[in-house]
Order: sequence, then structure tokens, then C-alpha cells
Amino acid sequence: MNLAVRDIRHSFSRFVFTTVGIGLLLMIVMGMGGIYRGLIFEATLLVDRIGADLWVVQGNTRGPFAENSRIPSNIEDRLRALPEVTRARRFVSHAIQRDHHGKTLRMMVQGLAWPDDKGEWVSLVAGRSLGQAHFEIVADRSLGLALGEQVKFGKDVYRVVGLTTGMSGIAGDGLAFFTVSDAMAIQFDSPGEAIRLERASRLVRTGSQDFGRAQPLLLERAGGSSSGISELPRPQVSAILVSLNPSADVDEIISTLSTWSDVTVYTAQQQKELLLSGTVDKSRRQLGLFSALLIIISTIIIALIMYTLTLDKIHDIALLKLIGARNRVIVGLILQQALLMGVFGYGLAWWLGQYLFPYFPRRVMLETPDLIKLALITVLISMLASLLGIWKAMRVEPNTVLA
Amino acid sequence: MNTVTDQVPAIEAVGVTKVYGHGQTEVIALNDVTLRVARGEVVALLGPSGAGKSTLLTAMALINPPTSGQIIIGGELVMDGEDAKIDLRTFRRKHLGFVFQKANLIPFLTALENVQVALEINDTPASTARQRAMYLLDHLGIGDRADNLPDALSGGQQQRVAVARALANDPSLILADEPTAALDSHRGRQVMELFAQVAHESNAGVIVVTHDVRALDVFDRIVEMEDGRLLESSEHTGVGAP
Repeated sequence: MNLAVRDIRHSFSRFVFTTVGIGLLLMIVMGMGGIYRGLIFEATLLVDRIGADLWVVQGNTRGPFAENSRIPSNIEDRLRALPEVTRARRFVSHAIQRDHHGKTLRMMVQGLAWPDDKGEWVSLVAGRSLGQAHFEIVADRSLGLALGEQVKFGKDVYRVVGLTTGMSGIAGDGLAFFTVSDAMAIQFDSPGEAIRLERASRLVRTGSQDFGRAQPLLLERAGGSSSGISELPRPQVSAILVSLNPSADVDEIISTLSTWSDVTVYTAQQQKELLLSGTVDKSRRQLGLFSALLIIISTIIIALIMYTLTLDKIHDIALLKLIGARNRVIVGLILQQALLMGVFGYGLAWWLGQYLFPYFPRRVMLETPDLIKLALITVLISMLASLLGIWKAMRVEPNTVLA
Repeated sequence: MNTVTDQVPAIEAVGVTKVYGHGQTEVIALNDVTLRVARGEVVALLGPSGAGKSTLLTAMALINPPTSGQIIIGGELVMDGEDAKIDLRTFRRKHLGFVFQKANLIPFLTALENVQVALEINDTPASTARQRAMYLLDHLGIGDRADNLPDALSGGQQQRVAVARALANDPSLILADEPTAALDSHRGRQVMELFAQVAHESNAGVIVVTHDVRALDVFDRIVEMEDGRLLESSEHTGVGAP
């Protein structure tokens, strides 16, 4: 006869409510683990998908995801000249936050080197890849933009031509893919008044110098568009993505590039490691510590529940001892109830998570190895939690029945 | 009156003394008590409150070890002073049955399961235990309430289930502590008669602590206690009987 099941049957509503409570607690633990995995996934998503063998970034920096990286876009041409380099693409990445239809629209702008890179590697759920050099976006669904919708950034209007899903950046903002020139136009857009003031300022600066006074044509150009002044620096991008011949000796190419003092080069794996050890490291550790804390709290709460349930049955336990029940019968009664609560609570947590986690603002990834680990932890904490109740039950004297 | 059928007593308490506290707070609850109860004999233990009846009963039930003296059950030395000579819980499981003032049924088990659990604890297979439990409930006239939880039973019915549980493992000794206190006189007498019946049928010794003098004619022997000592015992005297 299974006493645990019969006790549950008798106090079914109490068991259900207690299990729901434990289930919600476990769902939070499960969710924290899922957010932890989601954070890692989102951080490395772009590096994984973009398919570059090497990331060439500003010298002595850790790349565009860790810090500001600015390198001249013409490095792309220098890289193409290297043997074994099959492809070199400019890459721009920066976050923007604008108002759109009265709502805040925050996105990670990714600039693709159109027409070399039209974003064919981005998995689309609707629409198409970038089809022209300007004014098109492939946006993630999390941004809330519809296919065909037009969005104004700076002085230009962009049309959504493709939609992706599950493409987010390190901060959880949806990714939006533009051509590099559009991404830079959005990044460096200045109001007309600021441009006029800068031109006037340039005129004054140039006019106050000897070469400006001596060369009227130069002075005239200084007051015009900056694109007409070849002396101004070339546009800068975040990184250059390099693809290599599959048979290439990567170490040799890295060794060659390391002699270029104006850039730093990382493999895709190194770029991922930099992301995980740098940008997301503190968040990872915080989530990990918070999950551990939640597990400890869950254990304490389940222990207190089991202790209370044991106290409710203390008279019955004393009676069982009096009529000669072995300790394993009494331990089984408490332990089986704790395990049943843990198992049902875990099942409820998983089931609820399937419905609730997709509505979380950040990605929550429930991976099978993590679920198995949490299941084992649940069994373990259920067993640990029952110890307090078992300790109490072992101490009760059979003659308590007579009291 | 029954015939005592076994030469070996169901229980012998020899020179049992129980002392609580020390020095000025010392209380002698039992003072050199010697009592023998034969198999098949039904003994009433009478006395005022504080006489030591329950202390003697719990000492014989092996849940309250005496300070000194011996408890011998079925010819086997079980307690010598505070020293247990055997595993007491196992011994209780196999040889003793208990009935209390309150029925003390496990509230989450049905009447049948309350009896069955005592059998399964003693390693009786589940199906056999179920049959035996049903037999006992039928025998005690409450077979029709077998599937009811204790809450759904009257006080008398609950006490019958408790008696069935006490009888489940064919104990050699049944100990009852004021089993009729919560019952009216009619139900109380029925329970006392039940003890006499089962004692004679199963050849078990029965000791009943009671204040109820209305059904003393049911007992084979009446033992009175006062201040931790046994007074005169009388055989089937009907003291206080209606």
C-alpha cells in the first residue's frame, strides 16, 4: 500500500496548490537557465551566421561587439590582394533608438557590403534579401515592422523587403540589415543646420590659414559638400569580414596580417570567445548566480513545505511507529511525497514555460541537456528538502499517540 | 468466564518500577508492580487518575521503558529495566495490538486500509492482507463501511476498526487504554464484549485500562491500582457492574 499516494488523494487540493507553487518556482529556475542560454545564443548568433573566417578590426581593439572599432573601408581592397582570400566584405554594426509611430524603435543596424553581400545567409521568414544599393531593410520580426512598411531614418525612407525571426543582438535588440552605405548614412546623419554650420566653420578655418588664402579654389570647396574634398578621411566601417580558401593556412594569413599595425585580426572562434568573455560575461555570471540562489531558495521552500506536511501527519507517523512500522515505511511516505511534488512541479514548470517563455522580451532557450540537469537537480532538492521532515518524523516517539 | 488455555502467560510484569524526575521532583509512578495475564484472559485495570494505570500500560506496550523490573511477553524477556532485549518495534509489530481512547485511525486511509496497513507493515502480501482485513471488518460487523474514510464513521464504528487493526496480526497481547471513554454506555459495553470475544477466540491476553465500571462483568479479572501499586485483584467479581 502506497501511503504517500493515499495521503495525496485525501488532501488532493492542498497537494495541487503546493505543487503549483513549486512548479512556478521551478519555472523561474528553468527560465533563468533559458535566458542564460539565450544570451549566449544571441551574442554569438551573428558571428555564427555571417560565415566569415577572419574578422579584421581596428588595431588594438576587440572588435565591433566589444568596443568601438573604426577602420578605413579601403582595407577591404588591401585584404582582397592577399593570396588565399576569396572574399572581403565591409561590415558595419551599431545600435540606434528612434521613434516610429509614437513608439520607441530600438535596433541593431547591420551594414552588409552590397552587392557582394546581399544577406543571402540570413534566413528569411517572409520577403527577400536586399535587392538594391539603397533604402531597403531586412528586419527581424521582434522589431514589429511589417513587410512593405516604410520607416524614416534621418533624411531617407527605407522599405522593409524581408523579415527574419530570432535574429537578435547582444542586448536583445532585433537585427536590421541594410547596405553598408545606408547603415553609415543612418549612423552619421546630421541635421541640415549642423551641416550648414560645419561648412561655415570650415570656411572660416580654411580662410584663416595661408593655404586657404593663397588658393581660392580650395576655399570654395571647403564651403561645399564634404564628399567633394578628397583630403577628408575615407568613410570608416566597423570591421572587414574575410573569407578564405578552404585549403588556406589560417595561421599563416593571421601571421601576415599581424604585421599590419593598423588592424587586429581575429578568427570567428576568437571573436565568439571575446564576446562571451567580455560583453556578456557579467550577465552570464549574474544569471548563473541568480539561478543557483533560486535553487537554494527552492530547496528551502520545499523543505519547509515538507516539514509542515510532516507536522500535519505527526500523529499518524507516531501511530505507525507504535504498530511497528519500519523506518523505511515512514521515510518512504515523506520522501515519495517530496519526489511527487518535485516531479509534478517540474512537469508543470516545463509545460507552462512552453506557453509563457515565447512572450518574454529576451530569448529563452530550453535545451535538452539543461532540462535533464534541472530534472536531476529537482530530484536532488526534493530529496534534500524531505530530510527536515524525515528528521522530525524519526524523532517522534510512538507514545505521542497517547497524548 | 473463559478457560485460560495456555500455561505460558501472555505477559508478565515483574517488579516494575517507573520513576520520573530526580531529587525533590522525583515521582514514583509505578512501585514494584507485578502482574501476570494469561493468554485468553481479559483483565480490567482500574484506579483513580494518577494511579499509574496508563504508565503500566505503556511500559507493557514497550513504549515507555521501566526504571527497573522486567517485562516478559509470551515467555520471552523483552525489557530488563531500561534495557531492551530485542528490537521493540519489530516485537510490537508481531505480538502486540493496541486500542486507544480515541480510535486513532489514519485519516487518509479507508476503514479497510487502516486494518490492511497493519498487516502489510508485518510483511503480509497485499492481496492476503486485504482479504484478512475484510474478514475482520465483516466479523466485527462493519464490513459494509470498509470503503469509508474515518470521518464518515461513527465513534463506535471507528473503535471497531481500531479493534480490527489491533487483531490484524493475531497478537498474543492486546492493550487498550480507555477504549470506551468516547462512547455511550451501550456502545461502550459492545466494545468491551468485543474484547472478551476476540480474547477468547484468538487466545490473546487483553488488558484494558478503564474508568467505566458499568461493563466490568465482561472481564475475567479486575485489577485495581493506587499510587503506583497494585491492590487486590478479583476474579469476575462484577464490581460496580449493573
